[in-house]
Amino acid sequence: MHESAIRFVVNGKARTVAAPPTLTLLEWLRAEGLVGTKEGCAEGDCGACTVAVQRATADGRLETCALNACIMPLPMVHGAAVRTVEGVADGDTPHPIQREMAEQHASQCGFCTPGFVMSLWARPPGAPTDRQALEDRLAGNLCRCTGYGPILAAAQASAQAADAARDAAAETALALQIGAIGPLEMSVGRHHVIVPHDEASFAHNLAAHPNARIIAGATDVGLWITKKLYDPQTTIFIGQVRELQAVAVEDDMLMVGAAVPQETFAHTISGISPSLAEMMRRFGGLQVRSAGTVGGNIANGSPIGDLPPALIAAGATLSIAKAGGRRKMPLEDFFIAYGKQDLEPGEYVRGVLIPLDGLARLTCHKITKRLDSDISAVMLAIALEFDGDTVRSARIAAGGMAATPKRAKAAEAALIGRRYDRDAIAAAADALAEDFQPISDLRASAEYRLKVAANLLTRDFVERTDPATPTRLAGTALAGLAA
Amino acid sequence: MDDLVPLTEQAARKAVPAGAAAGQSAHKPIPHDSGHKHVAGTAVYADDIAEPAAMVHVHIGYAGFARGRVRADLTAVREAAGVVAVLTGDDVPGINDVGPVRQDEPMLALVGGEGEVLYEGQPLFAVVATSRRAARLASSFAILEAAPETPIVTIEDAIKAGTHVEEPYRMLRGDPVAAIAAAPKRVSGRIEIGGQEHFALESQVAVATPGEDDEMHVISSNQYPAECQEVVARVLGVPSNAVTIEVRRLGGGFGGKESQGNLPAAVAALAARLTGRPAKIRYDRDDDFIITGKRHDYLIEYEAGFDETGRLHGVRFVQHARCGWSLDLSRGICDRAMFHADSSYYVPAMEVVSNRWRTNTPSNTAFRGFGGPQGMVGMERVIEHVAHATGRDALDVRRVNLYRADAPEAERTTHYGMVVDDLVIEEIVEELAASADYAARRIAVTDWNARSPIIKKGLSLTPVKFGISFTLTWLNQAGALVHVYKDGSVMINHGGIEMGQGVYIKCAQVAADVFGVPTSRVKVTATRTDKVPNAAPTAASSGADMNAMAVLDACQKIRARLVAFLAERGGVPEDAVTFADGMVHVGDASHDLAEVCHDAWYARISMSSSGFYATPKISWDRPNVKGRPFYYFAYGAAVTEVAIDTLTGESRILRVDILNDCGRSLNPAVDLGQIEGGYVQGAGWLISEELVFDGEGRLKTHAPSTYKIPCASDRAPDMRIKIWPKGENREPAIRRSKAVGEPPLMLAISAHQAIGDAIASVREDFHHLDTPATPERILKTLSGH
Repeated sequence: MHESAIRFVVNGKARTVAAPPTLTLLEWLRAEGLVGTKEGCAEGDCGACTVAVQRATADGRLETCALNACIMPLPMVHGAAVRTVEGVADGDTPHPIQREMAEQHASQCGFCTPGFVMSLWARPPGAPTDRQALEDRLAGNLCRCTGYGPILAAAQASAQAADAARDAAAETALALQIGAIGPLEMSVGRHHVIVPHDEASFAHNLAAHPNARIIAGATDVGLWITKKLYDPQTTIFIGQVRELQAVAVEDDMLMVGAAVPQETFAHTISGISPSLAEMMRRFGGLQVRSAGTVGGNIANGSPIGDLPPALIAAGATLSIAKAGGRRKMPLEDFFIAYGKQDLEPGEYVRGVLIPLDGLARLTCHKITKRLDSDISAVMLAIALEFDGDTVRSARIAAGGMAATPKRAKAAEAALIGRRYDRDAIAAAADALAEDFQPISDLRASAEYRLKVAANLLTRDFVERTDPATPTRLAGTALAGLAA
Repeated sequence: MDDLVPLTEQAARKAVPAGAAAGQSAHKPIPHDSGHKHVAGTAVYADDIAEPAAMVHVHIGYAGFARGRVRADLTAVREAAGVVAVLTGDDVPGINDVGPVRQDEPMLALVGGEGEVLYEGQPLFAVVATSRRAARLASSFAILEAAPETPIVTIEDAIKAGTHVEEPYRMLRGDPVAAIAAAPKRVSGRIEIGGQEHFALESQVAVATPGEDDEMHVISSNQYPAECQEVVARVLGVPSNAVTIEVRRLGGGFGGKESQGNLPAAVAALAARLTGRPAKIRYDRDDDFIITGKRHDYLIEYEAGFDETGRLHGVRFVQHARCGWSLDLSRGICDRAMFHADSSYYVPAMEVVSNRWRTNTPSNTAFRGFGGPQGMVGMERVIEHVAHATGRDALDVRRVNLYRADAPEAERTTHYGMVVDDLVIEEIVEELAASADYAARRIAVTDWNARSPIIKKGLSLTPVKFGISFTLTWLNQAGALVHVYKDGSVMINHGGIEMGQGVYIKCAQVAADVFGVPTSRVKVTATRTDKVPNAAPTAASSGADMNAMAVLDACQKIRARLVAFLAERGGVPEDAVTFADGMVHVGDASHDLAEVCHDAWYARISMSSSGFYATPKISWDRPNVKGRPFYYFAYGAAVTEVAIDTLTGESRILRVDILNDCGRSLNPAVDLGQIEGGYVQGAGWLISEELVFDGEGRLKTHAPSTYKIPCASDRAPDMRIKIWPKGENREPAIRRSKAVGEPPLMLAISAHQAIGDAIASVREDFHHLDTPATPERILKTLSGH
């Protein structure tokens, strides 16, 4: 059965709301008087609007994500339970996270504080609270006052009590409650909103509305709405389409549905490609990775999306579908020119097929101004195969170096069939200038981009041939540099 | 589990509940008075106040190009759905100008359908509509016909064009030209220092409500309500007594709301006046970046003469500041950059020339440190350069040049003629060098760099000496209003603004101690211009210094009246009446404060008083460049160790050791928060926060997606912060404490210097690392210019 208005639960209370996709969850919450959740940037980059969004899994559990309410069109919470900072205390008794943050002086101006509380509240019970884990959890929450130390200390000090404060029975009941909410088809004024649950329904609706705006995680479209006042008439939200959320291994291929959140993908590949997993860790804040999808990062065609170069280097194939048909293509062929992808009206990105051996070979190098939660100036992904000392195959792809994610075919050619040594690296580095004519922009100059891409080939070489040499400053590599 | 907060810090931070410590609150780590509300989401910011149904929303339409003339057709804007009014300069009943020091800032530049554009974010008109989205959408329907001219964007552009925003200013001691010429060694160079966006998490916001007659009430996120009141009155053409500005708290200020909140407040007030409805304005984040001013970018040229030990004989600085399109607060800021050009060093012969350049970019404004940080970066660059030229460790060069407490008076006198009589910097530097194990770590860093071909490390210790007081002497005044009620509860009000820095809790601690009660019995209420008039901005680190003094004055007046009453009634001498442990002791008898207050009311004793404070000793004669601009100095020092990646230019702070002088800290938990937060914010300024303008003067980094302030992982994994235990203000400042708001930001200069040190391990010749030290700038510096 279709629902005809957005149904969700807020701080334990069931709500039914008819609203256009131009209304964000944050705007709705604040209009309801839940003003603890703040707007800091309206683009998902500061975390002041962080809320916990919970959904029922297929097996009846409750899954909790910290998400940015500021760029979430309200229809996206259809079928979910939302928890805000007003809903975490137990009556007059503050939640352990709230108590510790207050006692440890973890707020100054306090404007970002509710967002931090909710990012920590959304931590799965028993999840690690070592420094790295907490820094990752909080990378999407900016604080301009404290310097973060007291927040991290309070997060650690409250972890045990926070885990103990979970009410498993209530969570199961909530999962049952929201799990029963059906797909949505809603007309509000001139707006038509569809939240399908299965692919057939999605494809059918897309065929009927070929110009509908498909929205997965809204980490991009959400900004069009808040910044460019974008106002699409028909929207299809695909985050709940079962088939597009699938992850499976078949014939040495990892198949990842288009609507799989980037965070889920990062967990999936962490055992196969530690280098890609480390890149994914820095991909964006947790709120962004939990909303943003694998398919969205590909389909929007950005020249600086981090996943396309990685997946191109791994040899991925893109699966595209429409009502009554499917086709496949090498991922690199999808990107035709800046803002132009090989996708017809009525078609959608269904998923991506990644060879497991390609993933295993992959090394990633993400260069940014700030190490965490920053868009790459250059993202270089490399997959090499060897016969003894000789390079048998090479797939190198880059983001930030051209108008689209692009393979470095000249650099690949300079390596293939050659002995893998510094001379070969130098030749490949020179060849990069044939492959790429990058632009200068606010993130980096063209000269820097070319130079650093070349240097990254050297870094990659050192990491393969002399793994004891420190080469990186981010993530776990930092431990080896301890002062 | 990692030990995130070293033990020294934990002990100092162990919270004392607000209900405890009756009568002995000062110097205790009492939590921020709003902390429990921050974590619950119940602290109310301007945008959180419930909106009345009649409220209208205001959006500013700005130019979008940096220089020239513009003609506008606003017909479609006026006809758009939800629009109630469209305002231009023509609608202003008073004066269409919001400039704080000089009236050179048109509020809405469109007058008679056209206007002059001096920067991209030039406000042209304002749309008043029934919803924020409607106002924003309508504003995009404006038809702007631009006649652009070539903008002056960079400092170099301005130097070429000779566009001063005001006259250059000079400080001179001795004959630096001769001293440099006669010195055994000489260096010269230049450093470019980037600006910084405040990025308070709460953007500019104001809510104006029209009252009776000509009255206007404005809730503004504002550090300077008295000036906001003046500007709103100016725009509305009414006297100041008709305008009330109210500020309960800011979601971050950092200087960005000292003058920049006045325009939105005045536009909202105009909308409220003309529509007769409450009006709210809240800048979108991107608009906030584009419209408001930032920290001044600088280009500093230097020339220094010194001997083989690195001792400076003479230094000349030419400081070039990018002030933007109007004067704003640039005079005071650029002066402070000059006052701090000596950093912590005695230079026998010194010249500082300051050029204040007008550019077609946002009008740069106050930002934590107020020019001081840029001045100090200039001098620390000289030290770094001298260290390279002499082959000595930079710390040793610093040591031979530090102001010394035991030096003759002439060598304790600054280049602007002020004798420094509270020198503790040498002591702090030596204590920190020992506790941070500088010497051993220097060897370890050198060893690492010999072994590690790609990742290089750097180490640096830098001192901070920061002058406390507004250099505009008349701003050093504060007022308070204290009421004690019949039930013994205390209400205090003062001119200070709470922006997270803890001025409210510090004032409450001081007041509580006067009455011998815990801070839980003291309520600090919202700052309002109708309670305390003519207050100074909460700026220059002076908030607690001045306002707590004014509160103390008011509380003492009330207590004196109670003492006189109780002594007479009890037949005891006045010194037999004491307020302690939550009780009032009269001879051998003890009473609850509530009982005493009730009796005093019954006896018709006034229990309300204003309080006042004017900082003593200071004076600055700007035309003659002499005087004592500062009441005292706040000191500190930091050691930072970094690693850089020589292939990519990425950098990382590994460890930070800080020893900071807070005098006798009024609240060690609050002060530690200021120190850590200041350091991290300073490191952001010097490393990752980059403002990029294109050639047309348009800001390209106008949101957190492109402008990168530090996040949690940018905090050094090992951060050891200590308040200097010997600290004690020699001046009778409030409870012998020292100001702490701004000084710690400059501790982060050690991070920039440490990156420079790492670069120096690779390069033979002297490097010229500008700021911010982004990966690109580091890589460029590594490979030579």
